[in-house]
Amino acid sequence: MEQVHPQRKWQDYFSFSTDHKVIGVQYLVTAFFFYFVGGALAEAMRVELATPDPDFVQPEFYNQLMTMHGSIMLFLWILPAGAAFANYLIPLMIGAEDMAFPRLNAVAFWIIPPGGIFFLSSFFVGAPQAGWTSYPPLSLVSGQWGEEIWILSVLLLGTSSILGAINFVTTILRMRIPDMDIHSMPLFCWSMLATSALILLGTPVLAAALILLSFDLIAGTAFFNPAGGGDPIVYQHMFWFYSHPAVYIMVLPFFGVISEVLPVHARKPIFGYRAIAYSSLAISFLGLIVWAHHMFTSGTPGWLRMFFMATTMIIAVPTGIKVFSWCATLWGGKLNLNSALLFGIGFLSSFLIGGLSGVMVASVPFDIHVHDTYFVVAHFHYVLFGGAVFGLFAAVYHWFPKMSGKMVNETLGRIHFAMTFIGFNLTFLPMHPLGLQGMNRRVALYDPKFQALNELVSLGSYLLAVSTFPFIINIVWSVFKGKPAPRNPWRALTLEWQTASPPIIENFEEEPVLWAGPYDYGIDTESIDGDEEVDDMLAEVAGNT
Amino acid sequence: MQSSAVNESQLVIDSHQESAHHGHPDHRMFGVILFLIADSMTFIGFFAAFLIYRAIMPVWPPEGTPELELLVPIINTSILVTSSFVMHKGQVALKNNDIQGLQKWFAITAAMGVAFLAGQGYEYFHAEMGLTTNLFSSCFFAVTGFHGLHVTVGVLLILSVLWRSRTEGHYSSTSHFGVEAAEIYWHFVDVIWLVLFVLVYLL
Repeated sequence: MEQVHPQRKWQDYFSFSTDHKVIGVQYLVTAFFFYFVGGALAEAMRVELATPDPDFVQPEFYNQLMTMHGSIMLFLWILPAGAAFANYLIPLMIGAEDMAFPRLNAVAFWIIPPGGIFFLSSFFVGAPQAGWTSYPPLSLVSGQWGEEIWILSVLLLGTSSILGAINFVTTILRMRIPDMDIHSMPLFCWSMLATSALILLGTPVLAAALILLSFDLIAGTAFFNPAGGGDPIVYQHMFWFYSHPAVYIMVLPFFGVISEVLPVHARKPIFGYRAIAYSSLAISFLGLIVWAHHMFTSGTPGWLRMFFMATTMIIAVPTGIKVFSWCATLWGGKLNLNSALLFGIGFLSSFLIGGLSGVMVASVPFDIHVHDTYFVVAHFHYVLFGGAVFGLFAAVYHWFPKMSGKMVNETLGRIHFAMTFIGFNLTFLPMHPLGLQGMNRRVALYDPKFQALNELVSLGSYLLAVSTFPFIINIVWSVFKGKPAPRNPWRALTLEWQTASPPIIENFEEEPVLWAGPYDYGIDTESIDGDEEVDDMLAEVAGNT
Repeated sequence: MQSSAVNESQLVIDSHQESAHHGHPDHRMFGVILFLIADSMTFIGFFAAFLIYRAIMPVWPPEGTPELELLVPIINTSILVTSSFVMHKGQVALKNNDIQGLQKWFAITAAMGVAFLAGQGYEYFHAEMGLTTNLFSSCFFAVTGFHGLHVTVGVLLILSVLWRSRTEGHYSSTSHFGVEAAEIYWHFVDVIWLVLFVLVYLL
């Protein structure tokens, strides 16, 4: 792979490198590895669920598949994938040479592969079966060693996440080039600031809960075991204090990605820069006070349900501000419908559905009806697949030329998008009616009357699995045989495009100069033909390479 | 208009590059503070669990829980609080370029930390309850144990500062991140103990 980066050998990507760009790629490739593992587990579940009877796997093994699928996708796919782009992009976007703590950064990454392998090793001793939530007392009685491996892996991955967040916050707040004030930094940095705040405040509480759960599991205490005088509800509160914000930890980085991708490919300034920036912070803050909406059926008292119902619905306000701002950004733009923008628009439409069904389940009476049904499964997959994963693919297509120095094949990219979008909706849309009709989640068996829709869901999931092939082929082919990428193929204004593709070691030949805001596309007060001005300047910069 | 903006930014960059000649700006203390914020959330998690148990259990502490002895913990509290001031004297000594002073005060702080841990060990050994006796005893050992782990780490940090200070010029009145990081960590552990002491022993 020498041709990918003239200054770098392929071995560097397997080393304890402190270069944020190497670490970003390491995160991304590791995350994709676990995406395929988690995806394979999901496909096994869908094969089982194609018929109402347990004919493909035993119910116990189904529980293991379900638990491992959820945990891998959250802790080893979306979390590291968000960190991948944060690592790669933050220093470039703010004109820094590297992260604030490069060695800490490498440590944070190198916790993940052993943590992930350790996690997968639980299959040899009987993987955990209590779901990614690991509610006691179920988690205390369904296989001790698998559960303990689950706890230790999540503690490891949480540590990695905290170390990463320390780096992101310090870098964003302390290392911008001097003439970039906080209101002229790219929105991705704002979203990572909001994400990191949640990681720093939430993850340690999960750690506390898991340490106590571990005592219950191994040492015979009864913090969460009603049989010994403990209370499982306390675990639920501690768990969701992290795990609800975790949803925002997983999706906020991709809100940032969308705010970068849409203006560039629509050739328009972002609509409402400050509104988008501050709404990220508002989501962070509100995200910390909504957790008990996961517990409406856990005997939560009425007044507390009211409080959490209200705060949860209020989250729709900052989220709505973002969605409207993105739509207004696209409105009247010169859309260049390439793979990155297609995934960006796919994100908008799917995330909107997930967000709206989120407001539905925020309402207590409705939630009590659909709690633990496939309606909830549909809701969070629209948020986490339709939101985070679509945003992630938009990011891959948008920054691949920068990261690899090669252009991707747009035709394959569009095929990938079409298959993903259709497969995704076929898989998850029918889960809404299934849930409303009362099909329970997390069970290998179901009432035969649900079979027709489940066959459709399984077919959709197979299409989703197949859709990754054009993507893999495209990426591998482009890395080796792709057309060389210029330094700024999208004529974008953020700083990462002012350096070579791929960027040189320590990023910039000389400290980059801010000569326009991050989204000043088509803005010019002097010339009549507004679009030309910035574009001409961009062409000039590109010509200098 | 565009060009004047460039000129202005060029000026800022020039002044920045001048300061960059004196080495990279140091962000480590900022990072340590972020870490301590995260770490405090772990304790807040434990404390919250403890307070919820206290609030929802009909009898608290559960019947049969022995009365906690207060003498040793009070001595321990005073040792830990005093040690924070002792340690600060070490840092002040370093700022006056007095390495011996730093070593003396830090050695005393480490000894006080060890005394605290010994006191806690004595308390564990003589407690009339075990980890699994009941919910209160479990909470007691989990919370004080997790804090004791932090004290241990703090002592190790102080010892590593002492070890490094043997190298001439490793710490000076202008370069002393390790000293300050160990100190702020120690103060943090101290403050957490005060909250813990009130919650577990006094309430």
